[in-house]
Amino acid sequence: MIRDITIGQFYPGESGVHRLDPRLKLILTIAFIVSLFVVRDFLGYGVVVLALGAVVAASRVPLGFILRGLKAIFIIIIFTFTMNMFMTAGEVLFRIGVLTVTKEGLYNAVFMGLRLVFLIIGSSLLTLTTKPIKLTDGIESLLKPLKGLGVPAHELAMMMTIALRFIPTLLEETDKIMKAQMARGADFETGSIFRRARSLVPILVPLFISAFRIAQDLAMAMEARCYRGGDGRTKLHELKFRRRDAVAVLLACVYFALLIGERFLPAWIFKGYF
Amino acid sequence: MGKDIIVLDALTYEYRKEDEEQPVKALDGVSLSVAEGSFTAVLGKNGSGKSTLAKNINALLLPSGGAVYVDGFNTADEAHVWEIRQRAGMVFQNPDNQLVSAIVEDDVAFGPENLGVATEEIKLRIERSLKSVGMYEFRKKGPHMLSGGQKQRVAIAGVIAMRPKCVIFDEPTAMLDPKGREEVMDVIRMLHGEGVTIVLITHFMEEAVHADRVVILDDGRVALDGTPEEVFLEMEAIREMALDAPLVVELADRLRRRGWDVPPVIKMEEMVEYLCR
Repeated sequence: MIRDITIGQFYPGESGVHRLDPRLKLILTIAFIVSLFVVRDFLGYGVVVLALGAVVAASRVPLGFILRGLKAIFIIIIFTFTMNMFMTAGEVLFRIGVLTVTKEGLYNAVFMGLRLVFLIIGSSLLTLTTKPIKLTDGIESLLKPLKGLGVPAHELAMMMTIALRFIPTLLEETDKIMKAQMARGADFETGSIFRRARSLVPILVPLFISAFRIAQDLAMAMEARCYRGGDGRTKLHELKFRRRDAVAVLLACVYFALLIGERFLPAWIFKGYF
Repeated sequence: MGKDIIVLDALTYEYRKEDEEQPVKALDGVSLSVAEGSFTAVLGKNGSGKSTLAKNINALLLPSGGAVYVDGFNTADEAHVWEIRQRAGMVFQNPDNQLVSAIVEDDVAFGPENLGVATEEIKLRIERSLKSVGMYEFRKKGPHMLSGGQKQRVAIAGVIAMRPKCVIFDEPTAMLDPKGREEVMDVIRMLHGEGVTIVLITHFMEEAVHADRVVILDDGRVALDGTPEEVFLEMEAIREMALDAPLVVELADRLRRRGWDVPPVIKMEEMVEYLCR
């Protein structure tokens, strides 16, 4: 039962977005998140929606699949929305008991809520279209220049690789331990939440022990295969910047130009008049 | 046969148990030479020191006394530890805990990547080693989707992609079902056929009959050493060490005691041939 949990949320596909260089996708995602904070009005969001829509269409990931990712943070969105709606001072629209809803509040609530939604969609597009292994390669390659500053780029990537490899193994192990405990009469499904939480302790202890045992075995196996850190290592998958990546950069530039133009140009024009 | 690729010279390995004053001797003055291209099986019951022996050959453990030479390199010499590990590959017992990557072909690439092999060459080696263990069509799969025997074959592919001169198998079939055991033994025999030196650590006597030399360890010492035919004729000694002889050997021994003149046979086919004569 526990093995049914899907790991990560990669949506398999061969679209152009899937095949982009993971480093570029990482950078563009960060840039996109920053760009959301540049936008000041709904016209700007128009540009954002157009861009997001274009990427989603190009990635061929079904929209429903993407929106499902929003479910997880639905509560956060609602929370942000209500906080903004009730807590902003300004022109009063109506009151509900002690709570006042202002015009500015309503505006802010919608605006902030949308910003969160775009943020989640934008970043989930990265994980939906990039295999975790490739993402790891991308992160390692991007962090490499920071090695001089003491950022352990290779080590981080290796840790992520191993974590990805052993998630299914540890899930299996958990399943095995749970079944062993259930066979001896353990009950994980009834009782108060505290009772249930406490019944997890006999699972966690053996799980930790076996995780350490696996780590020890694995470390020995890695050493036996000549692992000695990132120095002097070659890679099976070399990251290459291709034509399609250049096209993506160009399109991204257009997007940022539009956003910046939308944000700053009117201000200059007004300044000229007054 | 050519020169000796592995030389153990009075190898002693001690370790300290918690709350015990005296160190325990896992290996006590073991001297052994393994010829290049040979197939040696090392047998022994639990605690006989056979796994410690394997780890000493790969420089994962260093001798407390005596010395170990692999292809002329002393394992105690830190400068050559990577040459030693490249030449003497190692396959471990647990098929789950020795695969590093979530994708089969990436895992096979792990060793060559560590050795600094060029990308194009790595791709060639992946293809060749996965094909030779019959796992090429699984190259894009995750290890958790494979059976124990298949995982162990991937682990072997990962070792042979490093182009070792010899491979040490540390109870590679102990955690497998009979089918997986068969698969792995077939791959080991195939490797031996290709000229790779094999050291097979095992407690399955049946696996040892395929070797051309059998070494039985008992309490950290070499108890018996010879061809399988020679060793398995020492039934008394084998029983004394609480080991089970292969079924065929046991049968031949019992027939002999009943007055039959059975020749020294160790393989099932030979026995069948004798009985049907």
